Amino acid sequence: MSKGVAITGMGIISAIGNNVTENYQSLINGKKGISRISKIKTIHQGDIMVGEIASTNLELEKQLGLTSDNNYSRTALLGAIAAKQAIEHAGILDITTYKTGLISATSVGGMDRTEAYYYDYLKNKDVQKYIEGHHAGDSTQKIAEQLGIKKSLVTTISTACSSAANAIMFGARLIKSGKLDRVVVGGTDCLSKFTINGFKTLMILSDTYNTPFDENRKGLNLGEAAAFLVLESDKVVTAESRDVLAYIKGYGNANDAYHQTASSENGDGATLAMQKALEVAKFIPADIDYINAHGTATGNNDLSEGRAILRVFGDKLPEFSSTKAYTGHTLAAAGAIEAVYAVLALQNNIIYPNLNFETQMKEFNITPQLQLKKKELQSVLSNSLGFGGNCSSLIFSKKQ
Amino acid sequence: MSKVYINGIGSISSQKTFGNNDFLEKILVYTNNVIPVVNPDYKEYIDPVAARRMAKGIKMGVVASRIALRDAGLENVDAIITGTGMGCVRDSEKFVSAIIDNDEKYLTPTSFIQSTHNTVGGQIALGLQCKGYNFTYVHASISFESTLLDAKLQLENDEANTILIGGVDEQGEHTIAIHKLINHIKLEKIETTKLLGSNTAGTIFGEGANFFVVSNKKQDSTYAEVLAVETYNTLLETEVLNTVILFLKDNNISVENIDAIVLGNNGDIQYDMFYNKLSSGLFKDTQQVYYKHLCGEFNTASSFGIWLASKILKTQKLPEAIKINKKSKENYRTILLYNQYRGENHSLTLLRKC
Repeated sequence: MSKGVAITGMGIISAIGNNVTENYQSLINGKKGISRISKIKTIHQGDIMVGEIASTNLELEKQLGLTSDNNYSRTALLGAIAAKQAIEHAGILDITTYKTGLISATSVGGMDRTEAYYYDYLKNKDVQKYIEGHHAGDSTQKIAEQLGIKKSLVTTISTACSSAANAIMFGARLIKSGKLDRVVVGGTDCLSKFTINGFKTLMILSDTYNTPFDENRKGLNLGEAAAFLVLESDKVVTAESRDVLAYIKGYGNANDAYHQTASSENGDGATLAMQKALEVAKFIPADIDYINAHGTATGNNDLSEGRAILRVFGDKLPEFSSTKAYTGHTLAAAGAIEAVYAVLALQNNIIYPNLNFETQMKEFNITPQLQLKKKELQSVLSNSLGFGGNCSSLIFSKKQ
Repeated sequence: MSKVYINGIGSISSQKTFGNNDFLEKILVYTNNVIPVVNPDYKEYIDPVAARRMAKGIKMGVVASRIALRDAGLENVDAIITGTGMGCVRDSEKFVSAIIDNDEKYLTPTSFIQSTHNTVGGQIALGLQCKGYNFTYVHASISFESTLLDAKLQLENDEANTILIGGVDEQGEHTIAIHKLINHIKLEKIETTKLLGSNTAGTIFGEGANFFVVSNKKQDSTYAEVLAVETYNTLLETEVLNTVILFLKDNNISVENIDAIVLGNNGDIQYDMFYNKLSSGLFKDTQQVYYKHLCGEFNTASSFGIWLASKILKTQKLPEAIKINKKSKENYRTILLYNQYRGENHSLTLLRKC
């Protein structure tokens, strides 16, 4: 279990860009992707804001070259596009050369189609093709097919808002243990009425731009996105003379065991997850140069996570910021898009600003990084915290 | 590398399996195409007030996991890994229909919260106050095998010593209705004992929860050692045989060493040929076992297969009701399991007597 886990390719589609370059440009230029929802008809249109991807389903289907009889959900469409970018970025021409798996994450799966055709299914044969596309594993099966991954380890993780971080973690363990030579890891979630109304009933949706770690934060903006990373073993990296973008150095998952949807006051789960990740990396807190926080801008998350960060880092706290103000909270994809952002931070020695911040939180005196900052970075820690008390931390490093 | 053992089991299925004492001595036969579980007295295991609020999937998962823990003589574990195809699907249905029926008004959060796939895993952790690793796999018919694979990696490398794994799925009314429309469920009602000879498309749908304590330490309660588990997103009918041969070779096991093969046949004439490739060929002289006539088909039905194989290895008994063919066998030492659903998401698992 001492093998390295190299990241050799990345792909992403989010509200701030259709690829890695566009996402990076938005991040360094402070360009938010938050707007009024346009693609889903909802009575909440006027009182929520979202991170919506510009392309329509039809445009995405065209981009993938799908015929009109396809039964892709928007989740599958976004996932396939991001995963294909990652493979291309890694320079993989024949995916069958090495033992390659796929670990994807999603929370809504094909819910966008299900909620559109729920009763129609019972009377309209034309839409029944989407029935098989509902379950969470379907988008993953389709992504595997798009990548040409066959007869292999392909599975899906769904642990709410930490899902993609956990997909990356499992992928890293599959490489470390030698079970696979290469694994594509990430997550995908589209916007749906289901999640909009779900979070609305929990009363944690902001009616304006979300403001992570701000005293007057009003809640989160939902977003949609997909991102995938290619992880490869030392063997493949050497044999293919790969440019390694970064390494996955540490990972930890823990459960808050406190409440089904709320985080514990002191962030026990998040504390444990960060500590475990440091332990796996054989790091001390001072080895972390930047924390990309979960920072959803809900009252509960930012307080709990902030306290957990303080518990772990104390007076050795590096710069931290949340990028949710740019993208919205992309649920099961969040851990993957933020992994891409962490790698971009390392590559460019850049710390992203925590947008929309105005007022210091009362409960503690830590303030997120507010301006874009140049800093020599060696390692970045990324948090993802979800329902069911699910807490995950990943550490990305320049060096193995 | 440490070895991996199954030390405790808990099953809630369409048979009376929750007691852990007898082993399918009396079979329940259903004449239907959708079959329910035999409910234990949930109050014996969980606070009745809490139980009333719990979705069926949560209740089954929490109780099956309690039974498995008790069986292994444990109060807690290092990690919890849950597999589910659809999660608490009734709550998903409830929330979607409420959105549509009431035009997004008058909604309450309960069914949204319970519909989240990792609710069962989260609730088990909450009940046990287990702050360890907690994952949920949601990949159709290999959801459960993914939990076994994840746990096996952690135990082999001593990242954990005891892990609770399981598969759980509940039935939802709308989901059943629409799966009847697309012939995934048989059109006709059928006597479950006649499932394999049905000669029609589709299968019978079931539900259930099968949980296991797996560990890298053998103990008195140990049922079996987990030798290997592999999953395959695709396999053509013509590739099944070679895949199995390769799998056995990788694990240094010959066909003659397999004392029983547990197959996921579900009576669907369109897909049972995947199993027939093995039962009428390489394993025609091996004792063949099936079980979906007892538990029905669902995304994590193969976890019932693992429950069954664990029982056979520990008790050295093989109930008549699960025999496809009749071979006289004195000892059951090594069991191979093969499952797939509608030609996708295949799994091979190898268990050995301890």
